[in-house]
Amino acid sequence: MPEAIALSRRTLLKASVLSGGGLALSAAIPMVARAAAVTGEAQGTLNAFVTIAADNTITIVGKNPEIGQGIKTMLPMLIADEMDADWDQVKIVQGDTDAAKYGPQLAGGSFATPMNWFPMRQVGAGARQMLLAAASRRWGIDSAKLTTKLGKVIDPASGRSLTYGELASDAATVAVPDLSKVPLKNPKDFHIIGRAIGGIDSPKIVKGEPIFGVDTQLPGMVYAAFERSPVFGAKLVSANLDAVKSQPGVIDAFIVKGNGNAEQLVDGVAVIAKNWWLADQARQKLEIEWDNGEWASHSTKGYDATARQLMADGKPQETLASHGDVDAAFASAAKVLDAEYSYPFLAHVPMEPMNCTALCHEDGAMEMWAPSQTPQGGQTGVAQMLGLTPDKVKVHITRMGGGFGRRLTNDYMHQVAAIAKQMPGKPVQLIWSREDDVRSDFYRPAGWHRLRAALDEKGKLIGYDDHFITFDIPGPGAYNPAAMSKDEFPAKFVPNLHYAQTKLQTRVPMGALRAPTSNAMAFVMQSFLDEVAQASGKDLPTLLLEIVDGAEKEPDSMGFTGPQPGFNPGRLRAVTKKALEMSGWGKTMPAGHALGFGYYYSHMGYFAEVVEASLEGGRITVHNVWAAGDVGSQIINPHGALNQVQGSIIDGIGQALALAIEIEGGAVKQSNFHDYPIPRMPVTPKIEVEFVKSDNSPTGLGEPALPPVIPALTNALAALTGKRIRSLPIDVKQLV
Amino acid sequence: MAVKVKINGEVREIDAPEDMPLLWALRQELGMVGTKFGCGKALCGACTVHVDGVATRSCSTPIGSIGEGEVTTIEALGQTDLGRALQEAWLEEDVMQCGYCQAGQLMSATALLLRNPEPSARQIDAAMSGNICRCACYTRIKSAITQVAESGVAKKGKANA
Repeated sequence: MPEAIALSRRTLLKASVLSGGGLALSAAIPMVARAAAVTGEAQGTLNAFVTIAADNTITIVGKNPEIGQGIKTMLPMLIADEMDADWDQVKIVQGDTDAAKYGPQLAGGSFATPMNWFPMRQVGAGARQMLLAAASRRWGIDSAKLTTKLGKVIDPASGRSLTYGELASDAATVAVPDLSKVPLKNPKDFHIIGRAIGGIDSPKIVKGEPIFGVDTQLPGMVYAAFERSPVFGAKLVSANLDAVKSQPGVIDAFIVKGNGNAEQLVDGVAVIAKNWWLADQARQKLEIEWDNGEWASHSTKGYDATARQLMADGKPQETLASHGDVDAAFASAAKVLDAEYSYPFLAHVPMEPMNCTALCHEDGAMEMWAPSQTPQGGQTGVAQMLGLTPDKVKVHITRMGGGFGRRLTNDYMHQVAAIAKQMPGKPVQLIWSREDDVRSDFYRPAGWHRLRAALDEKGKLIGYDDHFITFDIPGPGAYNPAAMSKDEFPAKFVPNLHYAQTKLQTRVPMGALRAPTSNAMAFVMQSFLDEVAQASGKDLPTLLLEIVDGAEKEPDSMGFTGPQPGFNPGRLRAVTKKALEMSGWGKTMPAGHALGFGYYYSHMGYFAEVVEASLEGGRITVHNVWAAGDVGSQIINPHGALNQVQGSIIDGIGQALALAIEIEGGAVKQSNFHDYPIPRMPVTPKIEVEFVKSDNSPTGLGEPALPPVIPALTNALAALTGKRIRSLPIDVKQLV
Repeated sequence: MAVKVKINGEVREIDAPEDMPLLWALRQELGMVGTKFGCGKALCGACTVHVDGVATRSCSTPIGSIGEGEVTTIEALGQTDLGRALQEAWLEEDVMQCGYCQAGQLMSATALLLRNPEPSARQIDAAMSGNICRCACYTRIKSAITQVAESGVAKKGKANA
């Protein structure tokens, strides 16, 4: 695979530069540091990731945060395979936050697979070379004549062997090889990669052992609840602290002043008690005067009215992409389609509510136990806020009860650090209620699109125009996690195309939600293209194949994770064909059932999905979903991979059917699972998944299976009822 | 005055107000953190325990209301054949992603099979619909429950009871 080898070389050439906060990414891992010395026991630490004990136990560090994506199992699989380790002898430990030692530690963007596919294998292959060198020394034989298998170095000539445990202490004294030059396995020799391996922590989880962030228990620990204004951007004027301090079990209550950065610390009151429930009860007695400011008048309804007016006016603020002559195309069109699409704010609501534990040591250094998807960003952010150097903020990474992008923002880490600083020597665990979580999230921004398509007399798509209405938060630090790319499909494939946008000002915090941008854009674009297909008398897959007809793979570019393969129409064709074949597309459906198709390319993965839905008695049922995905040459852990795809599909269906966050009076109206109804077991359809293998380096699966299921569902409903869903969540009344 | 509650076969004295939910007594008074906080309003099922074998949301059950009831938590689930069979099926199916809701899922599944050893697919849906899995591992949860039901462990347990 010449492409893969080239990728590897370039990946390692890129220096690992980490900046504070957010998605600070880097492609390379640092030169693998050798831990100081071999301990007295016959044990060897071969590099920052691998330690081998005399009893042959191989301890491998899982460096990335585990949010349920299976990374704590998967990254060590890469190391263990290249080491030729026996998986039964592998023990995995979670690494603490340490950029110098481990390189980037991040759970987001489906980045872990593309970022680590080569570096982690190189770590394992390097360790193997060191074991070979140790055996070579011991036996006085050229290491090129030795082989390895399942935790042993073997001398094929004599048949003798040494276990890795027997070689560990010697191997630890061997020079670390240049990892960019260590030979990697031929994929046909993988013995761990490609095996369905269960989650490494699952045996503990089924027994209820403490393993999540909120399970952290420290001697003398106290619990904090935090009351902030439901109105975004509000400032605290005063609070009746004394009334709260006298409540049962309360240890203290104090005002925390924000630092001007809503992604770190906002104004509020901390209530500390010996039990969180007591703190939360006492919190109900709080009477706080807030200065809600100008943002208290904001509402979803207001945003919607403004956006509809802006779309009607048709004067966008800025152009994103402009190809050919759109005006001429529309002037000459035989048929013009014109439609408005919209989608709501969404919350993340991972099952484990936001929490974090912090201990301010007597010297002012902070020690934290953080369920964070970006612990390195949390570390630098907290250090900066407290005026400490990052080495004075020690961050232990805990397993997380879900992430979905919520824990990319570390506001709760900053909150507990600010609280713990007031109570040196006392460990503090901050816990948010579910209401806090729903109302203090960083939301998937709502959005509106006015789309127009021009068709010539043969029904060919000759012009495409989008006016996108999105949001902007004034001030530093805020970014739009749902920004539209100038290359959003079908840009570059339609001769005359124009993308433009207008930004509304808001204070509603915005953040990346699983498959950011794509989770909304797939619905909008694939639904509208389905309208275009219908108007020209064909189906969506036929239209998509026509749009990319004759197009070739685009050149690679530099992305977040290093070199990023260019868009490849061949992969679109392959997954589309596979999904049609799996679903029996075109077959006669049972009465009242219809199929819908959706395709999307995101996070370097190509997915085509078909949904079978019905509508009966005002209720939508999704019966079957067929998903074909191409995420490269290798599925690393089929167990985890399939679980991610199944979960993403149900997640997407749930969003489409029922989820919306509404703003009223500058605050979120919803509060818990009764009015933010995450899908439950009865929603679950039968899901069939197939991976189309391609000659591309493997990429991630946390996200790309989600986006296409939404338009596949709305397109199925359009086929079923003749009514087009152009606004999410689906309003069943519009279908009957 | 301490509140007495029988938990996993042992009478525990909890020095907390009677209206404290069992969830917070378990987690922060007794250090038994296997039972999870998810919503605080009996909406998600993450905090499910058994009281006399019946699935109960501990976040909305005051400790003073339990009286003579016998509480079983995830920490003691493996002490019965049925509980152990479900734990094993969960691992065999590699059910979980994040795993946070799974203690509650397992407790609800056990309570279901205790009362109905041979549930239909629809009955499984109904009994489990109070438990949210945000990662949506429902396909596998259902399959693990079905597998245990088909193994007859629950039926055998019922016959012996």
